[in-house]
Amino acid sequence: MSDFPRWKYALVALVMLFGIVYALPNAFIPVPAVQVTANRGAAPINEALRQKVVAGLAKAKVVAGEVVVDGDHLLATFANTDVQKSGSDAIKSVLGDGYTIAFKLQSTVPGWLRAIGARSMPLGLDLQGGVHFLMQVDQNDVVDKQESSYADDIRALLRQKNIRYESVSRKAARGQGITVILRSEADRTAASNDIANEYIDLNVTNGPSTGDRYVLNVTVKPEKLRALALGTIKQNLGTLRNRINALGVSEPLIQQQGENHIVVDLAGVQDPAEAKKLIGTVATLQYRPGIGYAGDAQAREAASSGNIPPDANLYYMRGSHLPVLVSKRIIVTGNELVNASSGTDQQSGTPEVSVTLNATGARKMLDFTNANVGKPMAVVYVERVTETKMVDGKEVRTPKITESVINDATIQSPFGKQFQTTGLGSQKEASDLALLLKGGAFAAPVDIVEERVIGPSLGQDNIDKGLKAVSLGLVLVLLAAALYYKLFGLVADIALFFNLVILVAVMSLIGVTLTMPGIAGIVLTLGMAIDANVLICERVREELRNGSTPHASIRAGYEKAWATILDANVTHLIAALALTTMGTGAIKGFGVTLMIGILTSLFTSVTLTHAFTALIHGHRKLKTLSV
Amino acid sequence: MEIFNHNSNIPFLGMRKYSIAIALCLMIASIALIATKGLNYGLDFTGGVSMVVDYTQPVQISEVRAALTKGGLDNAVVQSLGGTREVSIRMQPKDDKGVKQTASGKVNLDKISSDVLGMLRAARPDATLKSRDYVGSEVGAELKSDGTIAALFVMLGIMAYLWIRFERRFAIAAVATEVHDVLVTLGIIALVQREFDMTVLASVLAVIGYSINDKVVVFDRIRELFRLARKAEPEEILNRSINNTLSRTIITSLFTSITMGAMYFIGGPVVRGFAVTMLIGILVGTLSSIFVASPILLWLGVSKKDLMPVTRDNPELARRP
Repeated sequence: MSDFPRWKYALVALVMLFGIVYALPNAFIPVPAVQVTANRGAAPINEALRQKVVAGLAKAKVVAGEVVVDGDHLLATFANTDVQKSGSDAIKSVLGDGYTIAFKLQSTVPGWLRAIGARSMPLGLDLQGGVHFLMQVDQNDVVDKQESSYADDIRALLRQKNIRYESVSRKAARGQGITVILRSEADRTAASNDIANEYIDLNVTNGPSTGDRYVLNVTVKPEKLRALALGTIKQNLGTLRNRINALGVSEPLIQQQGENHIVVDLAGVQDPAEAKKLIGTVATLQYRPGIGYAGDAQAREAASSGNIPPDANLYYMRGSHLPVLVSKRIIVTGNELVNASSGTDQQSGTPEVSVTLNATGARKMLDFTNANVGKPMAVVYVERVTETKMVDGKEVRTPKITESVINDATIQSPFGKQFQTTGLGSQKEASDLALLLKGGAFAAPVDIVEERVIGPSLGQDNIDKGLKAVSLGLVLVLLAAALYYKLFGLVADIALFFNLVILVAVMSLIGVTLTMPGIAGIVLTLGMAIDANVLICERVREELRNGSTPHASIRAGYEKAWATILDANVTHLIAALALTTMGTGAIKGFGVTLMIGILTSLFTSVTLTHAFTALIHGHRKLKTLSV
Repeated sequence: MEIFNHNSNIPFLGMRKYSIAIALCLMIASIALIATKGLNYGLDFTGGVSMVVDYTQPVQISEVRAALTKGGLDNAVVQSLGGTREVSIRMQPKDDKGVKQTASGKVNLDKISSDVLGMLRAARPDATLKSRDYVGSEVGAELKSDGTIAALFVMLGIMAYLWIRFERRFAIAAVATEVHDVLVTLGIIALVQREFDMTVLASVLAVIGYSINDKVVVFDRIRELFRLARKAEPEEILNRSINNTLSRTIITSLFTSITMGAMYFIGGPVVRGFAVTMLIGILVGTLSSIFVASPILLWLGVSKKDLMPVTRDNPELARRP
């Protein structure tokens, strides 16, 4: 009689149900859509705006699926990507500036499925078209800046301590540090101690001395350099995110890959030029004297009347959007900024941002602050993007400069090299400001080292071919198994089919991005998942040949095959794991699919088939087995 | 239905001198091929610019090549992507003389691709650009080192697992056979000069996973038979294990080959290289499971006493060595 416990039947049934439900969303094909969000200051998204969009689309003779207001944004769906493109153009011309218009693939998964967290697998760029960039962050720039700044510092320090030196200069090779040449042994010892005490991030060693030249080698500690490199990547990721959001891609993928690479995947974007320009945007920073404060009467008056004093600019605060008047005179620029970090003010305990300038910046800052204690100072953030538009078949380039004030504060006392901006509202505000300051200072030293543009038709092509390959592979294996192992083969077929379903369900639930290599992984999994059943069936046949009864054969077959299946799958799993450690996205996707596939196939080919076999043979007296 | 005689007793171990000799020859030949002919590295490794161009009417490769030569691109590699209307064009950015290289070596992919499309359209107006890629050379170098590390990681991981689950000799035999499988697979790819790109690399790593599967199944049977047998003559046990699992080895290979075949024929150009490599790997892996792994095991001197469970008091522990 069957020795298959009840709870295992229940488990199998539950897992099958889980597989069906969570794989189901992938059957709902998302539709191309255009998403409209209002920028700050523009009229909010509401029914009136919807009417306007509908009218605009009708006027341009673009057939839209539906136009709905969904929370703070508006969605218009279209039949295909061509219509989507002209729809977006039509909406753009109706609404004008003030709105961000983004391409989107709108999910058609019904609400009850979404409510339980079921969603479809996101498609990779190779399946839906788009632009892929791999960017390398140029760390040299950061090292250059850091070393020059330390050289300045050492000079100042030696002067301050009255130590006579011949020269302080950076070594010819980048990252090799700074050479300090002193006049006497005593000076060298004093300098060495002073530098080591003052700057904990520097290593100081004596170099070879010739005649009256006493050499001191100063290098930046490797851990400091590593921290800088890490900071640069984070910095660039943040800056890129901000800028790409402005591009209006609904679900951009921006992430770090390896130590100094950044991947940017923009689905649905067909023109990489615009994206590239945004990525290459140069941001700069200016410290300028303020005229009054943000939102004061003078600024409001200037904003409403348009009467701006001749020596001032009218800007708006980033975030609060309050008008503020700022003098045209520039005190220091971002190029003179060495570092900015957020922290807590020792005295008041409020969040602060600590800024470090280089020697020239410090001098200018000291001069200005000496004369202007108690007056305001503002930080202006300038972003320059070159926009290219096609007018009458010709490219017209217009530089677009966005300027905003990211901070204004009162000068409490004269300062130079180092100063703090205190009184910030929250820790988050402080870290945001530090990030912006650095973003303006380090003009995005990134190089594009890989660029792929995948046309939407190619994406559709790949989906079709991938689907066909999966179905044909599946059907052929199903047929072969049924032919070769008869009833047991049919049971294995059910398992194989559910393996596909559960694999898709797990991938969807985890949110694995489906790519072409991922599809290859699915097909390979299908081929290999049947292996466990082959092992079991061969064992059952063997047991039958050895004269065991059918029921005993089934039991022995499953029991003996299990050890083998486990060993084979664990070794296979090790191989799949290694694939996932590869940095490259495509291979990683394949590895992840393979890994999930191995795990799901362990369940389906052993537990699930055992349940079905027990269900079929369990309560009957058997003379033979169909295997 | 049965294709294989379950009572088969082919003396695989008897031919071990020949089979090992052939395996060694194949390995040496593969190393020689990889060293002399080299792998035909794809864009992912070499860096450069690649474009996929679609024609509405069938086109000859020679036609495309002529159009590019006329435009001054002599070194571009033109390949068919299956079918008669799709070609891939691969070139180094410096080949396009119309594009001035900036000092920093940045590549203007848009300019290059529009140049190339211009050349093609001059000859055939029905050409359209389907995709374009640019990969910097440093990316390829990284991929190579990543791939090598991943392969080593797999081998060592598998070796460690087999060492713990089975025994030292099994671990060594498995990894030695793995090295053989990978080398011969790469050798065949080098021989036919199939493009070696990222998906092929993934496939080679997957071959390791597949073929270890095969070996473990045979090894498992060897362990079982050694434990059951009263008088264990290693050669006979090994031979019986291979014969007992022969049907499974071949059926599984056939099933997996079916799916890979389906992918090769209809999966499209993106995964074709993957499927071919997998098919080669399945063939090599299957043959080496039958002819190579066990002779190495025999040669390393596997015996019954190495495989007996340490303790027999606890039946639970006995089942899990």
